[in-house]
Amino acid sequence: MVANKQGLHARPVMAFVDRASQSRSRVTVANITRKGEAVDGKSAMQMMILEATQGCVLRIGAKGVDARETVDALAALVEAGFKTDSPQPSD
Amino acid sequence: MDILRGIAVTPGVAIGEAMILEAADYRIPYRTVADDEVEEELARLDAAFEKSIAGVIEQAEWLNANLGRDAARVFDWHVGVLKDPQLRKNIETLVSEHKVSAAHAVSDVMRNYQRRFMQMTDPLLVERIRDVQDIERRLLRHTLGDQTEDLAHLKEPVILVAHDLTPTQTAQLAATKVAAVALDSGAATSHTAILLRSWGRPGVIGLSDFSTRVSAGDTVIIDATNQLVIANPNRETLQEYEGRAARFGELEHELDEMASLPATTCDGEEIQLFCNVEFPHEASIGAAKGAAGIGLYRTEFLFLRPEGAPSEDEQYEAYCEAIDGANGGTVTIRTFDLGADKYTQQRSYEQERNPMLGLRSIRYSLQNLDMFKDQLRAILRASGRGQLRLMFPLISSLMEFRQAKMTVYDAMEDLEEEGIAVARDIPIGMMLETPSAAIQIKEFCREVNFVSIGTNDLIQYLLAVDRGNERVSQFYTPSHPAVLRVLRDVVKTCTRSGVSCSLCGEMAGQPLYTVFLLGIGLRELSMAPANIPEVKKLIRLVSIPQTQRIARRALSFDTERQVTNYLRDETRKLLPDDPI
Repeated sequence: MVANKQGLHARPVMAFVDRASQSRSRVTVANITRKGEAVDGKSAMQMMILEATQGCVLRIGAKGVDARETVDALAALVEAGFKTDSPQPSD
Repeated sequence: MDILRGIAVTPGVAIGEAMILEAADYRIPYRTVADDEVEEELARLDAAFEKSIAGVIEQAEWLNANLGRDAARVFDWHVGVLKDPQLRKNIETLVSEHKVSAAHAVSDVMRNYQRRFMQMTDPLLVERIRDVQDIERRLLRHTLGDQTEDLAHLKEPVILVAHDLTPTQTAQLAATKVAAVALDSGAATSHTAILLRSWGRPGVIGLSDFSTRVSAGDTVIIDATNQLVIANPNRETLQEYEGRAARFGELEHELDEMASLPATTCDGEEIQLFCNVEFPHEASIGAAKGAAGIGLYRTEFLFLRPEGAPSEDEQYEAYCEAIDGANGGTVTIRTFDLGADKYTQQRSYEQERNPMLGLRSIRYSLQNLDMFKDQLRAILRASGRGQLRLMFPLISSLMEFRQAKMTVYDAMEDLEEEGIAVARDIPIGMMLETPSAAIQIKEFCREVNFVSIGTNDLIQYLLAVDRGNERVSQFYTPSHPAVLRVLRDVVKTCTRSGVSCSLCGEMAGQPLYTVFLLGIGLRELSMAPANIPEVKKLIRLVSIPQTQRIARRALSFDTERQVTNYLRDETRKLLPDDPI
C-alpha cells in the first residue's frame, strides 16, 4: 500500500524507477485500487500514469534472475513511504 | 484541392511549392516520410533525445547552483521521462513502422500521455500535464531544429507556409528566395504583418490551420488579391492562375508608371503621400514608389536585430541613412514604440497582465530616460541633415507630451554644451492614438507642431479590441461609425487650429478608405510603399467635392457593415478593373 502522503509523485516515481532499473528482471506494477492495467516499472512516464495516490494498493511483479529480491526491495520502498518525503539536507 | 480564405497583407498572385515551417508550440500535423528517409528520421530523434537530456541536466545544474537542490529536483522526472526506454520505443515504432515524421511521432505519443493525465482525479498529478508539455516542446524544438537557417539556403523560390512567424524571422525574409507567405495566425496589424507588408511580396494571414493541411512540396497558389490560398489546385485552376499571375504583373507595371505622376485630384488639389518604414534602407524604396518622404519611421525596429539594443551612434547612422534615402523629402521619426512586445516583456521583472494598457510606448521611454535621451540625441544630431520632424507615440495626456518635449530640450542643451549643432526649430508632434487625446485634441493643438493619427492603436483602444487576438479581431475595423466620427472631429479641429494633420495607420494604405479620408479633409497620408501607387491612382480619379459627398454619406450609417459596403461600391465605381 502506498504510505506516503503525496503518493507516487515525481520524486517517489524516480526513486522507484531508479531501483527497478537496477534489476535485471522485467518489472510490472498494477494499481489494484484503481483497477488499472499493469505498467512497466522501469518507465518514469508509465509509473506516473499509474495514479498511485496515498492508500492505493499496488501489485508489483517481476520476472527474471533477481525477481524475488527486486520485488522485496520495491515493496519495502513503497511501504516505507520512499523516505524521500522527509526533508533532506540541502547542499 | 483545398481553398481557404484569410486576410491579405500585400496584394499579388504567386504559385509555387510549399515549404513548411513547423513550430514546437503548435500542433504538428500527421506527415509520412518515404522509406529511405526513415533512417534519417530515427537519427534525428536520437540527436533530439540526446540534446534534450543534456539541456534538462544543464538547467537542473544551474538551478542547483543558484536556487538549491529542491528546485533542481523538479527536473529529475524530466530526465527520467527522456530516458524512459518504453517511451522512446513507442516513438521510434511510430517512425519505423508507421513511417510518420519524427516530429509527429514525438507529438503524438506525448499528446496521448497528456490526455491520460487529464483524466486523473488527483490535482497534483493533473498538474504534471505542464511538465509533459514542457518535455514535448523541448523534444520538438530539437527535432525540428533551426529551420530559419534552411530558409537562407533556398535554391528555388518557394511559398512559405507556417503557423506563425516572429518579427525577427519576418525581417530576414528579404534575403531569401521565399516568393510568398501563408500564415495561420496573425491579425492584419501585428508587427509580423507590418514587416510582411514592407517586405512587399504577396502574403495571406489568418488562415487558422492551413499549415497543417499542406505538406512540403505541395503546389500552393497564393491569391492575396482575393484573400485566398489554394493547396493542390486542379489543372483548370492552376491554368487560370498562371494567366492571372501574368496579368497581375502587367497591372503592377501600370502602377509603377504612377510613381512619376503627381498625387493630385482631378480638380487640382495636391495630396502628400508619404511612406511608412521600419528600416532606413526602405526610404529609397518609398522614393522609388513616388513617396514625398517618410511619414512614419518606426524606430523600434532597430531592436529587432540579433545584436539587440542600438547605441546612440548606430541610431544616428540609421537616421542619417533614412534622411538621405528620402531624397530631400520630409522624414518624420517616431520615438521608440516599445512595450507589449518581446523586448520589454523579457526585460521586465514581472510579465504585465495587460501589456496593451501597460508600460508601453512613450510611457516606457519616459521611465527609461537614459535610453530615451540616447535616442533623442541621435535624432537631434541628424536634424541638420534634412527635413526632420520628431513625434511621440501613444500620448494620452498633456502632461505626458510636455514631459517628453522637455526631455527633447534637455538633450538639445546637452548637445549644444558639447558644441554639437542641432536644428532648434525641429517640429515636435504627437501620434494621436488614444481616445483621451482625441477628446482633448483642441488643447493639444495649442502645444504640438503637428498631429499624426495612428489608426492601428486608436481603433483598438476606441473599440476595445485586441487587434492581435484572432478570436476578436473580426471586431477590429476602421469602418466602425465611431472611428469615422472621431477621425472627422480630429481632422476638423486640427484644420481650424492650423495644425498640420496626417494619417499613418494601415487604414491610409487601404484604397477602400482613400476617398473618405480626403473627404474629411486629410491632405497627408502615410502608408507602406507598396500601397502608394494604387492610392495615388484613386486620388487622381476623384474631385474634392465628390470625396466630401461620399464622406458625408459614409458618416450617416449606423453600422460598420453599411459603411464597408458603401465604400466598396463607391471605390469599385472609380476602379472597375482593380480588385478592392
